[in-house]
Amino acid sequence: MSFRPDYEVVIGLEVHVQLRTRTKLFSTAAVSYGDEPNHHTTPVCLALPGALPVLNGQAVELAVRAGIATNCEVHPRSIFARKNYFYPDLPKGYQISQFEEPLATGGWLDVEFEDEKGELTTKRVGITRIHMEEDAGKSLHDGSAVDSHIDLNRAGVPLIEIVSEPDMRSPAEAGAYLRKLRAILRTVEASDADMEKGQFRCDANVSLRRHGDTQLGTRTETKNVNSFRFVEAAIEAEVERQARCLDEGEEIRQATLGYDADADRLFVMRMKENADDYRYFPDPDLIPLVIEEARIEQIRAGLPELPDRRRARLADEHGLTAAEAAKLVASAALADFFESAVAAGAPARAAAHWLTREVAACLNERDLEIEATALVPDAFASLLELVETGRLTARSARELLPELLEGGGDPAALVSERGLEAVSDEGALEVLADEVLASNPKAIASYRDGDKKSLNFLMGQVMKKTQGKADPARVRQILAGKLDGS
Amino acid sequence: MPSPLGEVARLREALTSGETTSSRLVDAALAAAEAVGEDLSVFTHLRHEAAREAAAAADARLSAGRARSVLDGLPIALKDNIVQAGEPAGCASRILEGYVSPFDATAVARLLEAGAIPIGRTNMDEFAMGSSTENSVHGPTRNPWDRDRSPGGSSGGSAAAVAADIVPLALGSDTGGSIRQPASLCGVVGMKPTYGRVSRWGLVAFASSLDQIGPFAHTAADCAVLLDAMSGHDAHDSTSLPEPPLQTAAGLNGDLSGRVIGLPREYYEAEGADASSLECVHAAVAALEGAGAKTVPVSLPHTRYAIAAYYLIANAEASSNLARFDGVRYGHRAAGASGLTDLYERSRSEGFGAEVKRRILLGTYVLSAGYYDAYYRRAQKLRTLLRRDFEAAFESCDVLVTPTTPEPAFRLGERADDPLTMYLSDVYTVSANLAGLPGVSIPCGLAGGGLAAGLPVGLQVLGPPLADAAVLEVADAYQRLTDHHQARPGGSR
Repeated sequence: MSFRPDYEVVIGLEVHVQLRTRTKLFSTAAVSYGDEPNHHTTPVCLALPGALPVLNGQAVELAVRAGIATNCEVHPRSIFARKNYFYPDLPKGYQISQFEEPLATGGWLDVEFEDEKGELTTKRVGITRIHMEEDAGKSLHDGSAVDSHIDLNRAGVPLIEIVSEPDMRSPAEAGAYLRKLRAILRTVEASDADMEKGQFRCDANVSLRRHGDTQLGTRTETKNVNSFRFVEAAIEAEVERQARCLDEGEEIRQATLGYDADADRLFVMRMKENADDYRYFPDPDLIPLVIEEARIEQIRAGLPELPDRRRARLADEHGLTAAEAAKLVASAALADFFESAVAAGAPARAAAHWLTREVAACLNERDLEIEATALVPDAFASLLELVETGRLTARSARELLPELLEGGGDPAALVSERGLEAVSDEGALEVLADEVLASNPKAIASYRDGDKKSLNFLMGQVMKKTQGKADPARVRQILAGKLDGS
Repeated sequence: MPSPLGEVARLREALTSGETTSSRLVDAALAAAEAVGEDLSVFTHLRHEAAREAAAAADARLSAGRARSVLDGLPIALKDNIVQAGEPAGCASRILEGYVSPFDATAVARLLEAGAIPIGRTNMDEFAMGSSTENSVHGPTRNPWDRDRSPGGSSGGSAAAVAADIVPLALGSDTGGSIRQPASLCGVVGMKPTYGRVSRWGLVAFASSLDQIGPFAHTAADCAVLLDAMSGHDAHDSTSLPEPPLQTAAGLNGDLSGRVIGLPREYYEAEGADASSLECVHAAVAALEGAGAKTVPVSLPHTRYAIAAYYLIANAEASSNLARFDGVRYGHRAAGASGLTDLYERSRSEGFGAEVKRRILLGTYVLSAGYYDAYYRRAQKLRTLLRRDFEAAFESCDVLVTPTTPEPAFRLGERADDPLTMYLSDVYTVSANLAGLPGVSIPCGLAGGGLAAGLPVGLQVLGPPLADAAVLEVADAYQRLTDHHQARPGGSR
């Protein structure tokens, strides 16, 4: 991001999370993805005359888990309200949501991110509220120029909306908040939070103000961005756009924006001239949602270890750095993988090091979670063992990684199949070193004149001859011995 | 011992003895529905074949001695807003033209299970919005007592179907008096159960927090049979009470001794109430006292706010409930619409009648930003005050007895252009809906003089929430003391 030191960036996020239920929020229709349109509908989903909603208890339990895990106060009484507006993918003409009395309020997350200097920083981001609501259906406009089609399979799928305070000050903070939130929701199994399936969708509210201003600037809302990278990119683009407007003395106008990831551009969905009037009122078809305090405590007691605690434990048990532990628990799957690998005999610090750097980089490039790859903890542990025992150089291991992620397999077998064993035969290395020294008298001369960098050149020549399969430290030792000793 | 009164007991006897058959009852009902019913515009749809098939099946059960219940084989009429699988559910609205429900209302499913045979669907005010059954796409239903008068509404078709002896039993829905007021104007018994007693699953919503399905018959005893069969918790309706089915019919014993009846002052002092009707009500109170009941004066001080609170809440809910009728998935869709907004505007403009539009507009207005607190929220506060009025009153009595309406049946067209006067005809009935109380209207005589001479007058019995049985017991006891329920249009007794 081009840094705009003259403005303070203010970001608040609204995240819609699909709860991991078998059936919809108010009907017995199955929650599904990618099925034939309008296959999973009941009279309730279709808003037929005389149909009534009945609340899904499993959805309530999962929403309570999410509330507890984000340090919210979960209210023993909350109210479902109708949000009234007309749209063809909203069969009742209103969405059942929560408005004046939401399920949970006043939470926070401690979010770890790298600041501009690359140092790990922790920041507390407030969570204003979590409320339950039903999803709308989908409008399909691709068929013909004239007709639109409606798929109501998604209509009524249970969601929670998690609204943050406007506490984030950079796209990186926003991205870190989202990753942390997603990791927590997956840990407590409130949601699969599969972003490709739209189970974790983010709306970003962005405004700028001059440093020192106490009032918030006019904000825009960028809707439905469905990957971490795109959220950060969309916010960056919007900050840049607003900054340019403000530089030129223009006013920011309230608007709802969309983000076109392919073009890395924002587009205006609609301008908000007036505040929308959704005529919220308590849904008379539903009674207040009452959850006994004892039930809330029971759910709290049943929650698995949350990322913050796990991070502390991993750092403590395995002597990891805070940054490594934080990166591991940012994805519950990655942390699980780490613990399994250690259990399979992998040295913990090396495993953390590899997972948070080499493996993480490979995953990022491919936009994958570790469990979606073919690499299993046992194989990873034996890969590290090969490196630790000197049978495989780090460089060869790095080269092998993509193959292991994509195709799996036993690293030891792959190494011998490819002849990747490190050249550890001292005699062979001595011979190679002598060959290199014999053909590079100039380098020897400059080394002896005090240019110690010449050693690196000579090392490179030896490594080249081994095709990178020698331990660089050992090669250096041998060369230095020959140069200094003779 | 169950009440000896009523058609169910008599017809049961006739069916058991072989004096008649279900097929003959259903045929007679269908024939009357076509003759008298057509003249009065009682039905919107008749199920000739399906009803006859059901009757044949019922006869087979009866002759094998395997009757499902006391209702097995008896014809019944359903208001057009209570859905039955495979049948139209038009709600007397153009916007639902051609719509056929794929599922049964819970109340209907339970009656079908008991063997009752719906013969058709009765006319009503569109979406139950009205007190005269004039706001119907099918035209007004006429009162069997005087075909130039309204049967009341919105369940006017069901009330007329029983009053004209087309069917012995019918179902209606009551949001602000839509069962009790037409029962009163047609000289039959109509009951609104405690809110949540009968499932609303399959009742096309007008105002969800007020709507209840209830029975029509000539006697409280028959209403009790229907209520017992329909009531009880239903998992499809979140507002359904966690109560087992009622067993009120068996408890009707005519005993009034020790009953304390409250007479709410505000219901006897209304301006413009018909004097001759009030005389009937006073005579009824005297009869109840004569049979051992004690009466006490009570006060419901917030009664004068009830109509305002009712129309604010009911219209607010209706404006949202009727949003689903958008021309997209079913029902009327305007032809040749250009674009989405045009489709909505034209489908809804063409599909809804004037009164429904008026209420949607009013309801939309009172929920709008800036008006919500002044209207909707204040109406909810009034609702609480009204509920407390009743709680206080029921500390000193078991039930309340009042007139059902200020006056007998009015002329068709008389109030069509005067919605406010029309709204005021619900003045004695809306409070029970706002407070969720059970209430029944029973005939208590014919108006003696004036323009309404010879028209039926209704007596309302209200009870505290869940006291459905008490309300029916008092009504049944009164009917054992009197023979007003035997009065029929045309003077026959």
